[in-house]
Amino acid sequence: MSKKEVDDVSGTETTGHDWDGIKELNTPLPRWWLGILYACIAWAIGYWIVYPAWPTLSGYTPGLLGYSQRDEVTSNVAALKSARVGHEQELVKSSLSEIQRNPDMLQFAMAAGRATFGDNCVGCHGAGGQGAKGYPNLNDDVWLWGGKLADIEHTLTVGVRSAHPDTRQSMMPAFGRDGILKEAEVEDLTDYVLRLSGQRADPRAARRATQLFTDNCAACHGADAKGNRSLGAPNLTDNEALYGASRQNIRDQIWNGHGGVMPAWSTRLSAQEIKALAIYVHNLGGGE
Amino acid sequence: MQADVAQTPWRFDHFFIPLVLFLGFAAALFEAARSPEAPMVAQGWIFAICMGLTGIWYMWMYAGRTPADETRTYADGVVKAGVIAAMFWGIAGMLVGVIIALQLSFPNLFYLPNEAWTNFGRLRPLHTSAVIFAFGGNVLIATSFYVVQRTCRAHLFGGSLPWFVMWGYNTFIILAGTGYLLGISQSREYAEPEWYADIWLTIVWVCYLAVFLGTLIKRKEPHIYVANWFYLAFIITIAILHVVNNLAMPISLLQSKSYSLFSGVQDALTQWWYGHNAVGFFLTAGFLGIMYYFIPKRAERPVYSYRLSIIHFWSLIFIYIWAGPHHLLYTALPEWAQTLGMTFSIILWMPSWGGMINGLMTLSGAWDKLRTDPVLRMLVVSVAFYGMSTFEGPVMSIKAVNALSHYTNWTIGHVHSGALGWVGYVSFGAIYCLVPWLWKKQLYSNALVEWHFWISTLGIVLYITSMWVAGIMQGLMWRAYNDFGFLEYAFIEVVEAMHPYYIIRAVGGLLYLGGALLMVFNLWKTVRSGAPAAAPIAVVPAVAAEAA
Repeated sequence: MSKKEVDDVSGTETTGHDWDGIKELNTPLPRWWLGILYACIAWAIGYWIVYPAWPTLSGYTPGLLGYSQRDEVTSNVAALKSARVGHEQELVKSSLSEIQRNPDMLQFAMAAGRATFGDNCVGCHGAGGQGAKGYPNLNDDVWLWGGKLADIEHTLTVGVRSAHPDTRQSMMPAFGRDGILKEAEVEDLTDYVLRLSGQRADPRAARRATQLFTDNCAACHGADAKGNRSLGAPNLTDNEALYGASRQNIRDQIWNGHGGVMPAWSTRLSAQEIKALAIYVHNLGGGE
Repeated sequence: MQADVAQTPWRFDHFFIPLVLFLGFAAALFEAARSPEAPMVAQGWIFAICMGLTGIWYMWMYAGRTPADETRTYADGVVKAGVIAAMFWGIAGMLVGVIIALQLSFPNLFYLPNEAWTNFGRLRPLHTSAVIFAFGGNVLIATSFYVVQRTCRAHLFGGSLPWFVMWGYNTFIILAGTGYLLGISQSREYAEPEWYADIWLTIVWVCYLAVFLGTLIKRKEPHIYVANWFYLAFIITIAILHVVNNLAMPISLLQSKSYSLFSGVQDALTQWWYGHNAVGFFLTAGFLGIMYYFIPKRAERPVYSYRLSIIHFWSLIFIYIWAGPHHLLYTALPEWAQTLGMTFSIILWMPSWGGMINGLMTLSGAWDKLRTDPVLRMLVVSVAFYGMSTFEGPVMSIKAVNALSHYTNWTIGHVHSGALGWVGYVSFGAIYCLVPWLWKKQLYSNALVEWHFWISTLGIVLYITSMWVAGIMQGLMWRAYNDFGFLEYAFIEVVEAMHPYYIIRAVGGLLYLGGALLMVFNLWKTVRSGAPAAAPIAVVPAVAAEAA
């Protein structure tokens, strides 16, 4: 049934095929289409000549340009390193306070610290160092282990409850869970701690807990409850509470004695990275 | 659904299918009884139920019935089943897509640590497999069965084999989907189902090839229509890709886990040779087959250029298969292989556009129909999206562009301009044609198709523009260095910057889903209460022959 006919609209002949009423025009290939196809092929052949392209029995055609991705990435990394090297050497030589005083060095350390912070710290402390429940806010002036440059550097180096031999280590007992105190005593202490930070509390319960506080808490948090940085014991009289300041949070903390961990960054970062990080964290807002 | 089995001397299917169903049922029960892992036990039961139901259905359909005369009917029941399955899975897959888009926008809102199956890692392959293989696959099987019969003027080959393909393929879908939710995955993108599901799909797919090829062989037309070239290329290539990429050794016949025969960079290249050609042959060649039948049919115009269809078919087939390495630029893949992947992707631009030209130019002389026929408009806009994404693809394969675009949301946007715009729209257009034809009704409401078209077009635009902006921004932020030679942004800052675009994307997806729901309603009303068709399609090969 090959019956060629001319299509009225286009004036083109059909191929004479007919499938379920579908016919085909015998239009030649659009010339722009063919031109671009040839151009793409020509471009590809040119690309094969200058870049590594075809496998051979023992290797591949390397291309006239002698280009290699590995060389490119090696030179990019080298260029980056050489851009940093001057400042980095100075950073290694300078003490923390020297860096803090030299605006140029400070700017570099802040940039380096920010990058290091972004790659290592934001997972727990947040993108802006704002912290979260159980992860200290680094923008405020509340410090568990001290907010001076040297304190921060040391905390970063040894970590908190880490595997480092000199790790910062504090261990609040789980007073309720481990049965050190009775449930009613934990309730009373909760009121006591609430009252310390000026929150609403049952005064009679708080009074009952005075002796409990002296016996169980004052050793670390101090008789005045202002905390002790050498032990990592937080100040209980301010409005900042790592695990939350509500009645429920405080009771939970006395009951369970939560304690977070931070890696000893000396096992992962170089000394100058830790230095830069200390400067960065110090300058987030709360440095002493 | 009526029995449309025919009296042929060839009754191999009546032994083969019950045997396969029985062996499948027995193997499934064995797994359910003996497997030491709970997810595999569940898979065993699921597969046994599927085999059992198919077996009961088979007996009900074929026991003691007089088969219809194959010379006087087309097998349209199986096409109807495919259309229904496609719409069901389409809605399910798009819904899961919206859910995971919301999970990315609001990670806390949908985070249920005790319900592992709701995790993004399990829902994501559920979404991709449901829309590509469940929706797209059923559309391809249904339309290919419809088209090959009409353009060959022959009843489907194989007796009840087409029905086995339909039930078998959907059993694979169920097995794969429930497997993901249970935590079973090969971790090969778009090839996540484990070894036992892969074996089942291989059996089904060979039967599909037999049905299609057999119908072509017994055709009453002298030539094979271009749509069938594309369908055949799709079926054969997917068979090869599926088998090679899934070569794996199970740790035990009673356990789901298997290890690929490939390792390292060879493994990666095999996977992306598969992955890219799943796009090339499943989502492109197969759907071009749909385009080549439904656009000229709907526009009632001849195909623009027979010569172009030959040249772009063979160049597409030859070149697509080389393009996979462009997924592995700047990786451990040898540079020469990267170069070949990239250059062949560029050469592929015009062969891809050949299909677009043939689709769009077929409208010449019928452009006015775009104003009045929203179904035709959907088909034509799908071709426009096809053209756009097959231009975007080669651009993204250029190393310098890929260095920016790779691993970003730009890739997601690119995939969805192809998936929502091209694959989705050409499928919707074909189904809007098929349902009135198959059920011999007039479409319930053209106005609802208009609504579907505009709502989902808005959805696509929101989706792809938000992902372009997000992706390019993401790429630029990742590579930004400050004056001191340090990265400007932390990873988490880049994630935060994505948030508004993720929300826009979710809204886009929701609109697209909404459009599809309108479609389901419209089709339902068409089937249930549509007016009888004014001019029904040919259902009798012999009569069609005389008319031609």
